[in-house]
Amino acid sequence: MEVVFERSKTLTSASTHYCPGCGHGIIHRLIAEVIAELDVREKTVVVAPVGCAVLLYNYFNLDSYEAAHGRAPAIATGCKRVHPELIVFTYQGDGDLAAIGTAEIVHAAARGERITTVFVNNAIYGMTAGQMAPTTLIGQKTTTTPDGRAADRAGYPIRICEMLATLEGTAYVARTSVSNPKNVIQTKRAIKKAFETQIKRLGFSLVEVLSQCPTNWHMAPVESIKWVDEKMASYYPLGEFKVPKEG
Amino acid sequence: MTEKRFMAGNEAIAEAAIQAGCRYYFGYPITPQNEIGEYMSWRLPEVGGTFLQAESEIAAIYMVFGASGAGARVMTSSSSPGISLMQEGISYIAAAELPCVIVNMMRGGPGLGGIQPSQSDYFQATKGGGHGDYHLLVLAPSTGQEAANLTNLAFDLADRYRNPVMILGDGNIGQMMEPIEFEPIEKASVASKKDWALTGTPSRSRNLIKTLYLDPLILEKRNLAIASKLREAAKNEVRFESYLTEDADIVIAAYGTVARIAKTAIKLLREKGLKVGLLRPISLWPFPYQVFSQMAERVKDFLVVEMSMGQMIEDVRLGICGKSRINFYGRVGGIVPNYEEIAGQVEKIAKETQ
Repeated sequence: MEVVFERSKTLTSASTHYCPGCGHGIIHRLIAEVIAELDVREKTVVVAPVGCAVLLYNYFNLDSYEAAHGRAPAIATGCKRVHPELIVFTYQGDGDLAAIGTAEIVHAAARGERITTVFVNNAIYGMTAGQMAPTTLIGQKTTTTPDGRAADRAGYPIRICEMLATLEGTAYVARTSVSNPKNVIQTKRAIKKAFETQIKRLGFSLVEVLSQCPTNWHMAPVESIKWVDEKMASYYPLGEFKVPKEG
Repeated sequence: MTEKRFMAGNEAIAEAAIQAGCRYYFGYPITPQNEIGEYMSWRLPEVGGTFLQAESEIAAIYMVFGASGAGARVMTSSSSPGISLMQEGISYIAAAELPCVIVNMMRGGPGLGGIQPSQSDYFQATKGGGHGDYHLLVLAPSTGQEAANLTNLAFDLADRYRNPVMILGDGNIGQMMEPIEFEPIEKASVASKKDWALTGTPSRSRNLIKTLYLDPLILEKRNLAIASKLREAAKNEVRFESYLTEDADIVIAAYGTVARIAKTAIKLLREKGLKVGLLRPISLWPFPYQVFSQMAERVKDFLVVEMSMGQMIEDVRLGICGKSRINFYGRVGGIVPNYEEIAGQVEKIAKETQ
């Protein structure tokens, strides 16, 4: 019988711990496919964040670090400087990357560190059960903004791609989502470009993926996907913000 | 061939690190230890290594985490406020059992404090510092030469115990220039093979460097394993210097810069006929409790001198365990006690006990 679909060799056989409807599983799968297609599994190292994806090494069959909250880009820097021949990527959520780890991500990008970051933005703290994230939208209800995020008290959501694209050290910056098959394919394409950017040593690369968190948004999965398309994507426009000058 | 060079303690540590095989340095500028990073910035590229000035001490310590996890000999250095910032990462490094060397050239605190020498980070260095159950191995040089020698040792200890090792100096050790001899280094005493390191997986199953154990039974096991390793270190790695203590009626307990000054005070006091000695812990963790305990059988008076309000004195008390009288003299805020002050304190004790 012809095999038409199977588990990516980059993944282990562990069952997922992610909630029903969560985007992490799709994003894991896409990264795994890219690593397999580029045939770099044996020389790829992943740095896991703190947050829902802290256990991602249970799913990726890769040499793996588990970072402290927000520090993944610094750990990736240390690893990459020792082993420039390896492919090193961080996988970070919005609290990890855009709040507690802002200094680390900005400076890794500014240095043009030859690492790749997959930044999953679901506009909420998932693992700690639904507090306001730096990317929580104005008006969005969370456990720490029970009346909705108000700009006069909690400030404004941060657009990471737009900010990092201004830095000379970044070579590839894109924002995608996993809200429908077309967007899933575009996400995979962007992740592949980001990895290729690193392989070609062109500079820092980042893909921000808008993702849904039905559990903490208190929505049904289908409703949450609609919310990504309608609310998130209008504040966080999809697209490529920076592409390598060469290659 | 022994090579002799005139250099500051900070530079001596940097050069010793390179000679010990350190090829990666990550740090953030802070006085009074900037010479370490500056030296590394030109010296490391000469030997094929990498110097990186991080955006903060927090980032620096996690770059150390990453480089150590990748199997490299790696070092960072800072001074008191910067070391405070690193505590989160030091806890993670200890938890992940990654070897590295951390230099703290202490300055006066708390807060931003000052930039003059101090010993007020003793508690932080020896009792944990960050969260969780762990210890650093802590080595306290009292001269530039000893700083170089202990740096070499620190890398071996870090690899042997897979634990961070701290060189605890002060602004004076770092800044003072002295002739330093670099002995040719024998091969590292520990097998350099680090089969736990992350290097890519072409010929083995994957490695994992982590510190999260949600199952308390597994986390307890991890804690017990670290504790057992540290007990071994506590047994094997006690280092101290005993100076003119054989016939001493009064023994000064001091480390680092203060111990060196105390030696001058002792010479002065001996000329006056007072029998005074010095017990100088070189390893602050593990602390030489036993030698204090033994000495307390015979010596009635100890004088602990520190550039702090009294931190090491707590370990001296644990060693002496009520057997002798313990006196204390401390200067703080960046003030270095001079030998006459220390001699005066000893004379006061001698008079009281007559």
